[in-house]
Amino acid sequence: MDTKPVNQRAWLMVAPVLVIVAFSALIPLMTVVNYSVQDIFGPGEAYWVGVEWFQEVLRDRRLHDALFRQFLFSGLVLLIEIPLGVAIALAMPRSGWKVSLVLIVLALPLLIPWNVIGTIWIIFTRPDIGLFGVAINAAGLTFDHTARPLDAWVTLMLMEVWHWTPLVALLAYAGLKAIPPAYYQAARIDGAGPWSVFWYIQLPKMRGVLTIAVLLRFMDSFLIYAEPFVLTGGGPGNTTTFLSIYLVKMALGQFDLGPAAAFSIIYFLIVLLFSWVFYQALQNVGRADRAGGGPQG
Amino acid sequence: MARGMPIRAGTVGLVIYLILLMLPIYWMLNMSLRTNADILSTFSLVPTSLTLDNYLKIFTDPSWYSGYINSILYVSMNMVISVAVALPAAYAFSRYRFLGDKHLFFWLLTNRMAPAAVFALPFFQLYSSVGLIDTHIAVALAHCLFNVPLAVWILEGFMSGVPRELDEMAAIDGHGFPKFFFFMFLPLIRTGIGVTAFFCFMFSWVELLMARTLTTTEAKPIAAVMTRTVSATGLDWGLLAAAGILTIVPGALVIYFVRNYIAKGFALGRV
Repeated sequence: MDTKPVNQRAWLMVAPVLVIVAFSALIPLMTVVNYSVQDIFGPGEAYWVGVEWFQEVLRDRRLHDALFRQFLFSGLVLLIEIPLGVAIALAMPRSGWKVSLVLIVLALPLLIPWNVIGTIWIIFTRPDIGLFGVAINAAGLTFDHTARPLDAWVTLMLMEVWHWTPLVALLAYAGLKAIPPAYYQAARIDGAGPWSVFWYIQLPKMRGVLTIAVLLRFMDSFLIYAEPFVLTGGGPGNTTTFLSIYLVKMALGQFDLGPAAAFSIIYFLIVLLFSWVFYQALQNVGRADRAGGGPQG
Repeated sequence: MARGMPIRAGTVGLVIYLILLMLPIYWMLNMSLRTNADILSTFSLVPTSLTLDNYLKIFTDPSWYSGYINSILYVSMNMVISVAVALPAAYAFSRYRFLGDKHLFFWLLTNRMAPAAVFALPFFQLYSSVGLIDTHIAVALAHCLFNVPLAVWILEGFMSGVPRELDEMAAIDGHGFPKFFFFMFLPLIRTGIGVTAFFCFMFSWVELLMARTLTTTEAKPIAAVMTRTVSATGLDWGLLAAAGILTIVPGALVIYFVRNYIAKGFALGRV
């Protein structure tokens, strides 16, 4: 793996990517940094305020609440989606046309625009016209995600699990497919039951893909915006206002540029920290898989 | 069962799960085939009076169908740009070591993970200052923020699967680098290129926040046209459902071709 030749001219091949990503990442990021340390009244009327916005944002109770909700949401997402995704992958057929069919149906929710996901779930859960809403109300339970915070959370979780569990299932399935049949034969000879096969063969072999699934699901649920924006708009009250929704409200709604920018930077730093963990994990996954994937093992 | 085939509990569970998965989509399809008055007055599991009026309205009203054209335009532009710039970069990452390569690779990943909400306002100002607001290319470039890193990561994964000896042999045989790269190497990883293009298509297609921020009328994506309808008074559920169903169609059409590679793409080329 480490025998790649050193070639500084490779920079030339990377240059176009650098230019295009720098244009859409570095310049906006510098703008955000600018705003976060100044008070801006209009063109040419900006005053240096130092870390004042940062202090204000860090003391903001609503931000603390949003951050807490965000971690709760991402935590629940992982707790539900990872075991469910693994279970689905284990139940999937291993060959034939049925595999194609299952893969296509599974991937369908992943290809729907994020705000349309919200629309689907509005139509599906409304107490007057939605199949889910009508069914729940018919069962004698009151259900209204626009008025009751708990119902809003239940609906959001259902939507999130519906939307993204297929991703976990797809990744876990790819991991299962990579297990050589010899492993199963050996387990059969040893008289291992399904549970020990899962615990000692399948789960360890899925570790790589599951690492990716956990991190990907954590990151993306941490950044969620469009689906709750459409479904609940952050309400009722502020009970489903997650970090991104709060940030957009601050920046584009109230036009509090300074605090919004300071908030953006803190948000970005949190994400950067998790990206670093993600990157380290990915590096190891890549190495282990490529080393173990060869014919000689 | 007649042939004595045992039906596993897992299979039953899987079938139930897949049915539940399709249920919300079916419900939207059901709504899209009914008139608004019918939807609000009667509750029924299957559409009783089928109508294609909602779809007809979308296909004949420019403010609706131009949304689809806009989305397809900027998604295609983004796909071409992303793959074109990512190909040489991915090759460099998979074949050579150079100063700062690991840091650069990590920096690219952070952009895939960047919160779109952080970039919404500065993007608006950046593209306003260069006069690109409300153009397709503005959205295409903005989506490069997450699609170019993604494309580099996926392509690097596929390229690393091609043994390096091949490059050396081509050089020994006297083939120049351009000839080798375009006529020998790229055909070898055409699956990877297809999968990458698919993922760029997908992530650009599903994104709303940036696309909505950067457009007003001329390049407004279908997803934003729909949110406008949601916030307007007197919701037409049938029309909204029909528009939603039509946003699923492009993805459903192309997914067949990449079904076996979709996990690899989501794992950033690392399965």
